[in-house]
Amino acid sequence: MSLVKAGALVLSLACCGVAGAKDSGRVFVSSEKDHAVTVLDGKSLEVVKVIDTGERPRHMQFSPDRKTLYVVASDSGRIDLIDVDTLAVTKSIDVGEDPEAFDVGIDGMRFYISMEEDAAISVIDIASGEQVAEIEVGEEPEGVRVSPDGKTVYATSEVASMVHVIDAATNEIRSNITVGNRPRRFAVTPDGSEVWVTSELAGEVTILDGKTDRIKGTIPFKPKGFRNEDVTPVGIVMTRDGATAYVTLGRANHVAVVDVAKREIEDYILVGRRAWGATLSRDEKTLYVVNGLSDDLSIVDTGKRRVLKSVPVGRVPYGVVVDD
Amino acid sequence: MTEAAGTMKSVVGAGVLALAGFGLAGNSLAASIDFGYLSLSRDDRYHEDRIYARNLAQGEGEPEPGLAVALRESRFNAKAAGVELGEKQARAKDGKGLVEALERLSGEGTRYFLIDAPGPVVAEVAAAVKGRDLLLFNISAHDDALRQELCQANLLHTVPSHAMRADAMAQYLVSKKWRSVLLLRGPLAEDALIAKAFERSAKRFGIKIEATRDFILSNDPRERDQGNVGLLTSNADYDVVFVADSDGEFARSVPYRTVRPRPVVGAEGLVATGWHWSWERNGAPQLNSRFERKAKARMGEAGWAAWMAAKTVVEAMQRTGGADFGKIRDYLLGPEITIDGFKGHRLSFRSWNHQLRQPMLLATHNAVIERAPIQGFMHQTNTLDTLGFDQRESQCKF
Repeated sequence: MSLVKAGALVLSLACCGVAGAKDSGRVFVSSEKDHAVTVLDGKSLEVVKVIDTGERPRHMQFSPDRKTLYVVASDSGRIDLIDVDTLAVTKSIDVGEDPEAFDVGIDGMRFYISMEEDAAISVIDIASGEQVAEIEVGEEPEGVRVSPDGKTVYATSEVASMVHVIDAATNEIRSNITVGNRPRRFAVTPDGSEVWVTSELAGEVTILDGKTDRIKGTIPFKPKGFRNEDVTPVGIVMTRDGATAYVTLGRANHVAVVDVAKREIEDYILVGRRAWGATLSRDEKTLYVVNGLSDDLSIVDTGKRRVLKSVPVGRVPYGVVVDD
Repeated sequence: MTEAAGTMKSVVGAGVLALAGFGLAGNSLAASIDFGYLSLSRDDRYHEDRIYARNLAQGEGEPEPGLAVALRESRFNAKAAGVELGEKQARAKDGKGLVEALERLSGEGTRYFLIDAPGPVVAEVAAAVKGRDLLLFNISAHDDALRQELCQANLLHTVPSHAMRADAMAQYLVSKKWRSVLLLRGPLAEDALIAKAFERSAKRFGIKIEATRDFILSNDPRERDQGNVGLLTSNADYDVVFVADSDGEFARSVPYRTVRPRPVVGAEGLVATGWHWSWERNGAPQLNSRFERKAKARMGEAGWAAWMAAKTVVEAMQRTGGADFGKIRDYLLGPEITIDGFKGHRLSFRSWNHQLRQPMLLATHNAVIERAPIQGFMHQTNTLDTLGFDQRESQCKF
């Protein structure tokens, strides 16, 4: 087990043909059926440690200072805090039955958590672990995203086919926008002007105007050779400059590369089975995609737009983040 | 629910939620959509002996909680559309009584009805309201005739037909190359319908029925060639035994008693069904969990069909933005609708017989083994139409 600080690792992805990558660190993958987060060395992609968490770990995010990794343990009703240096769970915050996904307010003080069982977004003060507010939303809320200015919280309801737009100052719903069926997750442009949401059953991304809360457009995905029902977009990640979005297409086993400004699909990259969670390395040269039905992690070269390597991870991987 | 108690009403979506700033200006006068739920005072399909035995061919209880779950999970959509959703239940001892109940509810403004009854009763009730501006959802009768010669425009089917079940099973058998079948057929009218549906599917997908043998539930030694599984399954060669048994009592004694070591399918072993509690994908665990909390029983096919019926109306309500019956009906039956049945496909109604096209689950007692349409079974427009009566086979004339 390596206890070397991530920041001290001098890694390159030379193994993977990504020239110029630096400061690449550990990769964390949550596995729903292992009740654990698997930590991989960013260079060798060997398992560094398997961290036991609460039951059914799903969504993960770093704290703004990147010293702590927050992991939702859905079946334990809590968020585990993992020290990114020591790779140990240092604290657990009970948040109630069946949390799924969350975001952290831009000041790092609050969690906004989708509570699948209660059909609510729960606002939790991270320091005290106390609930600040609970906002009732449509059934089976999933994706939660705080706008770049911190003033707005977006949440999807899979069953209501809605995006709920919540005012972060009052914790009240500002609007409800009906989108494509089974909306899942978000990406937001850096200026907050466009909010992209994946709709799993509709097989599309809906683009919302961040200011008017209206629909600006949709992008349907139709990769060749796949039946409509297998095109199930879920994960989405955008480059920091807001130029490119990567959308995981679930059962279609591909990631779509989308030009955000033109709303054009540039490419489809073949990955593993039922691709959901995705994240970019800091230099954005590598895209990590977890595949829930092939229990592996695809390492994608974003320049060449192809998979360099697939690494087995735990059973039913849900999310992936990189500490770099 | 008490027998013949008239109606009970529960309103969902009313004032439970604090939804400040909801933007409902102009919708202060809430419209309403009520669902009438019609069922029989005594329905042998839910006899406690059958429920106790957990026959795979049967649900695990009455399907009504499916409707309640659908209304509860739609409260947000209803609020946003400015519509109040409600449920009114009525029971009667026969089809005539159900027609009276329907008329009473219809007089109170109810236009959407779920009917939980065997095929002949569904046919009787439907015939009494043919051509009327209301929608009747068949949630538990599999009879192919209701989708063919007895079809009518305002009768919609969210429960799969015998033909869909048989086609799903046939696809599975073909995918396994188990193409030779011994068919055991029960004495009930519905057993004959199941056997007939399987014969149609066998022909459609290239399965050979080696022999068809009639069984009866009997220990009478004079009838042992029809009551004894060993005798019924001897003197023939086959890959698999298909049991056509709507009751399920005989079928449950077939596995492991066959002369040859062959899988049993149809009413036991592996069944084709619209829903199974062990389905784990497409959000199914959350739906199962909501149903189980409400019903204290697991969700079966009819429970799913009851839930689905209300959800299709809610989807049309949401997309048309209100409670206008004509708009909802047209959208509901139109080609644009995407219905989420928690089975992974985009569902919609077939224009030619108003059957909900949907995937079928091939399930054992505690696992879903496969989902049909099975990969490789192609269709020029929609693979779901490889299950059941496709347009060119339809005898339905609205």
